[in-house]
Amino acid sequence: MNAKKMDHLATGVIYTLVATVILILIAILGYILFNGVPDISWHFLTSAAQSFSAGGGIRDQLFNSLYLLVLTIIVSLPIGLGAGIYLSEYASDNWFTDLIRTSVEVLSSLPSVVVGLFGYLLFVIKLNLGFSILSGAIALTFFNLPLLTRNIEESLRSVPNLQREAGMSLGLSNWKTTTKIILPAALPGILTGLILSAGRIFGEAAALIYTAGQSAPTVDYSNWNIFSATSFLNPMRPAETLAVHIWKVNTESVTPDAHAISSASSAVLIIVILLFNLGARFLGNKLYKKITATK
Amino acid sequence: MKEYNLTDSYITDITEKKALTTKNLQVYYGDNHAIFDANLSFPRYKITALIGASGCGKSTFLRCLNRMNDKVARVDGEINYRDVNINSPKINVYEVRKHIGMVFQRPNPFAKSIRENITFALKNAGITKKADLEERLEQSLRSAALWDEVKDDLNKSALALSGGQQQRLCIARSIAMRPDILLLDEPASALDPISTSKIEETLKILSKDYSIVIVTHNLQQASRISDYTAFLHLGHIIEYNSTVNVFTNPKMQATEDYVSGNFG
Repeated sequence: MNAKKMDHLATGVIYTLVATVILILIAILGYILFNGVPDISWHFLTSAAQSFSAGGGIRDQLFNSLYLLVLTIIVSLPIGLGAGIYLSEYASDNWFTDLIRTSVEVLSSLPSVVVGLFGYLLFVIKLNLGFSILSGAIALTFFNLPLLTRNIEESLRSVPNLQREAGMSLGLSNWKTTTKIILPAALPGILTGLILSAGRIFGEAAALIYTAGQSAPTVDYSNWNIFSATSFLNPMRPAETLAVHIWKVNTESVTPDAHAISSASSAVLIIVILLFNLGARFLGNKLYKKITATK
Repeated sequence: MKEYNLTDSYITDITEKKALTTKNLQVYYGDNHAIFDANLSFPRYKITALIGASGCGKSTFLRCLNRMNDKVARVDGEINYRDVNINSPKINVYEVRKHIGMVFQRPNPFAKSIRENITFALKNAGITKKADLEERLEQSLRSAALWDEVKDDLNKSALALSGGQQQRLCIARSIAMRPDILLLDEPASALDPISTSKIEETLKILSKDYSIVIVTHNLQQASRISDYTAFLHLGHIIEYNSTVNVFTNPKMQATEDYVSGNFG
């Protein structure tokens, strides 16, 4: 076989493989959206779930998912930022930092159900936090932290060393150079990673079943006192998220329209995650252009 | 490569006022001894060039002078600046670098506006009055021969400038700090001939107010702009003399071979 034919053949194989990946993605997305979108309505998004009768919505679950996401990011971002900055800007390469990196990698490959059960034993039972948004947020932090740390470290590392030398040569301290020069330059990458990890958090179910719980008590959206038991902001209340709701509706629901609810909920979940992904790209690009002022 | 006697050297003791003096300076990268016993005095308000083949240690030596080798290499010996040994561990290196600035081989402006590139370190050093900042901004950009080209675009990104402009911005950024000494590590090697000649003109003018040490692999450049030249070979300073003498009347065989192109 001559070089030209070989090249054609290889190109053909590669295109086929790429097409397979895209087709699988389109098939799944198409199936979920095609089945779910017709059942999404304003009423569905804004009314409470029903246990026995048809016509229930996902208002509380949707809010819980978003609230849990915000809490998780509030807990995990400072830790991830600190660890990432340490690994990228301060740590020298030795057995200790190797150990940290290996631990981070092992942590990132833990099955989420294991994280969930661990969270159940430690936070829910031992620390007496009960099934609560807080327990869920801490469990999701365990789940989220490895990738977030890795992403922040990589984003910081990708800033050329010349920038650090420039800062140093002007008499700036390592801390000033890191926070005022390196971090802003790495911000688009960090933001993209953060939003993508938000997508993962939003879709997570297994780690939450045992930590945030499976019940969505009725909450009062006009009660802004976070210590009040009925407040929607109370982090100590159990909170079923959208992903957990989908799992529950499919396994044990007795409502007659369970199928429609699960389809529509899945579609909402996918749409939100798609929005996160597109938003990450858009914001990342925009921020990069703004910071470097290259139009 | 020809073998030379590395312990043999010809080093003039300069008669002018000294900006910086090194005494028995040694540099080690791990077990690798990179600079041997460097004793050199840099004259005030003059340009001193460090020349030598790739890997001879000229950049390593330069980077010792404002402690940029901290954490990279071990540096023993003394570097005396205003009667203080700045190579001592007790010295505040950030303060040292405010007095001894540095410009690097590849232009490295911050991903900020032209204005902020200059003012950022100034603000950090405690200069906060707007009028002072503006004055230093204009003055440093004028000194670096960049003002006329950028005065209408001060809020634009520094990354939108050409390579030569970026390098002059880096020089402006360094001199805005009003250092005593300016160290330049092959500042023109990544630039085209026109930008190079602009940088050279700039340095020539700056040498009235600044002591400049420049590493270069371009012999013409060294002979064009410098007053003194040190020739390094395999980590040893082989010859140090006025530039005219180094190029027209070298005392050491290695120097003669290097400047006449018979080296290696």
